[in-house]
Amino acid sequence: MTDLTNSPAAGVPRPKHGTLLTQDARTAKRNAAEKRFQMYGMIAIGIGLLMLLVLVFTIVRNGAGAFQQTFITLDVQLLEDKLDKNGNRNIEEISKVSTFGYSPLISQALEDKVASANVQTELSGKQLGDILSKSAAATLRNFVLRHPETIGTTVNFEFLASSRVDGYLKGRVTRDSIANDKNISVEQLDVVDQLVEGGSIEKTFNLSFITGADASDQRPESAGIGVSMLGSLFMMLVVLALALPIGVAASIYLEEFAPKNWITDIIEVNISNLAAVPSIVFGILGLAVFINYMHLPMSAPLVGGLVLTLMTLPTIIISTRASLKAVPPSIRDAALGVGASKMQSVFHHVLPLAAPGILTGTIIGLAQALGETAPLLLIGMVGFIASNAPDSLASGLLSPNSAMPAQIYEWAKRADPAFYERAWGGIIILLLFLVTMNTVAVILRRRFERRW
Amino acid sequence: MPVLWLFLIIVALSAIGFVAGRARAYQSAGGDARNLHSLPGYYGYNVALTALVPALAVLAVWLLAQPMLIENSVSKMIPDEIIAEGSNRSLVMSDVRRVANGLDLAVSSGAMTNDEVNALSTDTSDIRATLGSIGVALGSDVSPEVLAAAQSYRSKSYTGTLVMTVVVLLLAIGGLALAYTRTHKDFRARNVVERGVLGLLIIAASLAILTTIGIVLSMLFETMNFFRLHPWTDFFFGGTWSPNFRGDSDLSILPLLWGTLYISFIALLVAVPIGLFAAIYLSEYASNAVRSIAKPLLEILAGIPTIVYGLFALLTVGPMLVNVFGRGDQGLLGVEWMSGATSVLTAGVVMGIMLIPFVSSLSDDIINSVPQAMRDGSLGLGATKSETVRQVIMPAALPGIVGAILLAASRAIGETMIVVMGAGAIAKFSLNPLESMTTITTRIVSQLTGDTDFASPETLVAFALGLTLFVLTLGLNILALYIVRKYREQYE
Repeated sequence: MTDLTNSPAAGVPRPKHGTLLTQDARTAKRNAAEKRFQMYGMIAIGIGLLMLLVLVFTIVRNGAGAFQQTFITLDVQLLEDKLDKNGNRNIEEISKVSTFGYSPLISQALEDKVASANVQTELSGKQLGDILSKSAAATLRNFVLRHPETIGTTVNFEFLASSRVDGYLKGRVTRDSIANDKNISVEQLDVVDQLVEGGSIEKTFNLSFITGADASDQRPESAGIGVSMLGSLFMMLVVLALALPIGVAASIYLEEFAPKNWITDIIEVNISNLAAVPSIVFGILGLAVFINYMHLPMSAPLVGGLVLTLMTLPTIIISTRASLKAVPPSIRDAALGVGASKMQSVFHHVLPLAAPGILTGTIIGLAQALGETAPLLLIGMVGFIASNAPDSLASGLLSPNSAMPAQIYEWAKRADPAFYERAWGGIIILLLFLVTMNTVAVILRRRFERRW
Repeated sequence: MPVLWLFLIIVALSAIGFVAGRARAYQSAGGDARNLHSLPGYYGYNVALTALVPALAVLAVWLLAQPMLIENSVSKMIPDEIIAEGSNRSLVMSDVRRVANGLDLAVSSGAMTNDEVNALSTDTSDIRATLGSIGVALGSDVSPEVLAAAQSYRSKSYTGTLVMTVVVLLLAIGGLALAYTRTHKDFRARNVVERGVLGLLIIAASLAILTTIGIVLSMLFETMNFFRLHPWTDFFFGGTWSPNFRGDSDLSILPLLWGTLYISFIALLVAVPIGLFAAIYLSEYASNAVRSIAKPLLEILAGIPTIVYGLFALLTVGPMLVNVFGRGDQGLLGVEWMSGATSVLTAGVVMGIMLIPFVSSLSDDIINSVPQAMRDGSLGLGATKSETVRQVIMPAALPGIVGAILLAASRAIGETMIVVMGAGAIAKFSLNPLESMTTITTRIVSQLTGDTDFASPETLVAFALGLTLFVLTLGLNILALYIVRKYREQYE
């Protein structure tokens, strides 16, 4: 009686759309629409990931070059009658010789090198000097001032090649592209080619890019990001010293003590809105309040740190409140139950349990502050050359400096394409910092996260 | 650095206070902690905090107020006559500060004694040469008035710092002594300390309000100054933006607003479809494995600093677009529509990429919060997944998604680095996305960087622009949060 699978009784016509074995037109259409829809989703994710890939690829391809630099090895004769006429090695007398006194020595060394390498050229020593960086004479002078005992001897010295030669070896500059270039000529590139074969010109790892200071428009080859890295470091110190305690204190009050009333409501709405205020508005605030009103020094990392503190505070408060909220009420109840005061229950029990979450939020807030540029433009952390590393905490905070993202922006604005390579290289370093900080945050979260 | 020393002395005092307070409490209880009202540490904290907090607060306020007061009183010493043509009082004041700093340096390096500096006069010695010899370069010769102002600046700062040191130290010692004498076994130390700590917590929490007030006030004052110098009708209803330094600038926000909205619109055109489809795929279709890889990877895009996107726009996307749309016969399309790398399209596309994860993760949250029962109901009736998404989930999630898009729009309007580097500097009304245009944020940056003169409308206009930007983004945010919150309530 239950056997309904048998063919239907004779006389009843078989329905047209009854079988699952063949799709009818409408089902096919619906299924196709389903497929298409799913495909759109995959394409969207694909585009997103592709963009990430393109971005990373562009950064690495354009920036890797900044970590290598072309050097020219020369044997320089430090002639005593040019550098120290009296021969008594008095450092003050030696320092009277300006960089112009050193240039002929370098030209001579280049001529000797060219002659000894059997390079055929009609260029004079002075013209050959163009393949060296404009900083070569200053570098040599600084070396001699530090080691006056080397005067009269011949020293083997590595000079930075000019940015055009560097670009030529890296493929950025070609013989066609220098047709209208006053800084280098095809003949000079011929000499470079022959010196490269002779092994006097080499590309090596460029430590001074990571540790060095920015350089003027004329010398992209000696520009480095080290000093602005210190600027960023000092700013982050200020942010950490101010934003963490203030943010934690504010969150504790709002989460644990604040009565539910309109004042607390206003503070809460305020904080969530501050988190979405464009960063440049904080720059305007910094310019108007810290620099124009309080007369704090322009371009100082202290001011940058203060502005970034105000900017990161909402982020830190929001994440701290989330991790305080995640601590279950039973912990507080237990503490209160054994006679702790409200303050004791918070500081002795809730806060330590929330600490990993707070730390994670702080690191992410710091990473955000580290990459921020717009407010720094307004308080003057661009537009000058940060040439000296600060020598103390006070000068690190108060003397003008740049910051990593501001330095990158500065390089990107300059006309010489050699600076673009520096800018991309700077981005690699900046991103390395950010990746490290975020990884630490993720590891902390994984390691200490507790599910209640 | 005397302030640092002062700070360290106060901290040391409060550390001593902690130890002394605790010891005294013990003593008053006869060495038995059980006789005390609070734990012994609280007596220590009480003394330490009473010594530390008022002294530090006064120190901070003093440090902020002193330069301002001195500046004001010294600046009155400078007669109007010596302010040269094309210069202004603040430039002369910066000369005064530089001379004063130079004299300080001269004293500290031993080149001069304090009395010699105070007796200096422009008749008897060449200040510029003297300061030049110790490494302080001055732009021009020092006039007698500037020297007098600098000497008074020095002596006032010296007196001010001296008084500050004395007052702060007295406060710290006084607080310490007061709290120490009050320390007794019946003193309710814990209650006092906890009340003090609660006060500090409240101050920290109100800092957020203070920031907002600071933002609004600082911009409001300068904006009012601006409207005093420049008609507000031109700012809001004029049609051109062309600042110049002859004094007849047209400073209208409308062309900038047009550029801002146009670029934001293109950014949303890129970000919304991609972000939304990515969110739908991740929440409805993707397996757990795909989701756990793709979602964090997409969110990396949101963590990349905007300077990176700016550089990407300027050096990669811009030239690429020029290759396609510009360069005439050598280009990819053989057309000559685009002249430079900076354009609305460049900035818009790159900003769109930046906003993809923003839209996708917000929409993802919202789609996930649509109750499962609604999906099950729809699937149970025979709808395909895509039909469920389009006809059930989307209508239910729509308000939330609109909120997310509004948040993204506010992000786009306030974004600075990408447009500074990718959008260009020409203010105009145009529909052509391949032309370069400028935005509110770019103009703020260009009006406020370099030499700024806070008396000219060309500088002050930046504050009016900033205030408009602030109001605009704040409005969008409040609207978006309102919509999102209202929507959440429906399903909770």
